[in-house]
Amino acid sequence: MKIDVNHRNPHPRVRLALPLPKYKVLPHGGFMYKTHISGCTLEKKNLLRLQMALRSLATRKTLTLALNSTRLAQSRALQTFSLPDLPYDYGALEPAISGEIMQLHHQKHHQTYITNYNKALEQLHDAIQKGDSSTVVKLQSAIKFNGGGHINHSIFWKNLAPIREGGGEPPHGSLGWAIDTNFGSLESLIQKMNAEGAALQGSGWVWLGLDKELKKLVVETTANQDPLVTNGPNLVPLLGIDVWEHAYYLQYKNVRPDYLKNVWKVINWKYASEVYEKESA
Amino acid sequence: MIKERRFVRKAASNVITATYELKAPPYPLNALEPHMSRETLEYHWGKHHRTYVENLNKQVVGTDLEGLSLEDIIIVTYNKGDILPAFNNAAQAWNHDFFWESMKPGGGGKPSGDLLDLIERDFGSFERFIEEFKSAAATQFGSGWAWLAYKANRLDVENAVNPWPSEKDKKLVIVKSPNAMNPLVWDYFPLLTIDVWEHAYYLDFQNQRPDYISVFMEKLVSWETVNTRLEKAKARAAEREMEEERRRKEEEEGKPTNEEDDDDDLEMYVDNDNDDSEAE
Repeated sequence: MKIDVNHRNPHPRVRLALPLPKYKVLPHGGFMYKTHISGCTLEKKNLLRLQMALRSLATRKTLTLALNSTRLAQSRALQTFSLPDLPYDYGALEPAISGEIMQLHHQKHHQTYITNYNKALEQLHDAIQKGDSSTVVKLQSAIKFNGGGHINHSIFWKNLAPIREGGGEPPHGSLGWAIDTNFGSLESLIQKMNAEGAALQGSGWVWLGLDKELKKLVVETTANQDPLVTNGPNLVPLLGIDVWEHAYYLQYKNVRPDYLKNVWKVINWKYASEVYEKESA
Repeated sequence: MIKERRFVRKAASNVITATYELKAPPYPLNALEPHMSRETLEYHWGKHHRTYVENLNKQVVGTDLEGLSLEDIIIVTYNKGDILPAFNNAAQAWNHDFFWESMKPGGGGKPSGDLLDLIERDFGSFERFIEEFKSAAATQFGSGWAWLAYKANRLDVENAVNPWPSEKDKKLVIVKSPNAMNPLVWDYFPLLTIDVWEHAYYLDFQNQRPDYISVFMEKLVSWETVNTRLEKAKARAAEREMEEERRRKEEEEGKPTNEEDDDDDLEMYVDNDNDDSEAE
């Protein structure tokens, strides 16, 4: 399988002719990009917007052709879920996480959870309409596995960022202060999360969460694809680290502690801070 | 199974040590290619399995568990579901031994004789059995194992909650278990297993667990081993039945069971050399 780590293409049937933009660093530290399309230079955020607009235009065309089942589902007021784009290229987190892993993790594992989640929801919808309680109850585990997988991975992609986009930069502001208050220091929080992540038997996640009721930060683990909220209804995930073997095996093999040590280099504390500020307001 | 070095008594001190050793698979590490790569074996056996054994030894030394057989440690540390720390390492050590021996180069195909008869009796057909086994392995969410086991127990299993309580004894069942769990804790006789932790297939198949399972069934399973295990299982089940029969008969006749007397720690002191003694 040829894996192209530099060009993420979430819709392989649509070939997008956008080349990799060249950039230069500006005096104030920002980035300036030159697009191929108009020849003008754009700031990075506008470039991304342009790229996304073009991409969605192209995909809308392909999607219109294949929309039948989704339309039917929508007409029955059933929302289906789709794979969210990564806000960075597959190779952008190297060497902490390889592009090969990122692509498999996103395009195969996360996609499979979404596919099976949609399937389970449709079956649930039918069962509810028919009043088939035993099927409704039987489907709960599939919904928890696959829906949980979708929830957790959607958070995970936002928890990661390339180093040049702030990955690894320690949290400042209120989250930084809260970490020091709750754990003594950032190092001590990291140590705790690494210890719990390494000790987790089998598959699961290690979380930094906010307990909204007790107004404190907590480190938690969940098994399999259980979302953090299954540990307590007042828990809000700020940061989750996937410790399923698929998250690290191709690169780190059995040495999960090495993966945990290195993943902090690409952790996106900006996102965690945003969530923390919003939820603790 | 894992070799134990039993009861090595050091001369100077009264220290007894029993260690579990990492037993090699019954074939070279590259012998299962191309179905299971040598790289997988090197990591799976050489790192994962080895770590379980090493950590088990560390956990067991100096504790009550020392000197117990691996199977006994598993039952004891399962602790009716409230698992004790050594369980994961002990069970995984046992599971992996069992897994290597469940495969062979040039494996696959179809079983024969008694085993095939039982499979056909309990699953309808060999094809139905394959379907069910593959499905169990594919739907064990997260990490775990799928098993073919011989079940010959009654309703009240001492150590655990029996997931298959039924009146029908002595049949083949397919069960799946999470993480380190195995059917020994339910008092079943395992016959065949497939490891569906991701580390078992990720290097060779990435996320394609169903492909891995198919290849395992078609190219790797050692039906001879499964057969041998079935014979042992049937023999043990028959032994147990006889023992239970005997115990029940003795209870009915009011006689105390005389097995324990031989292990009696009590000594009897007699005052004279007379053959008559007062105590019985």
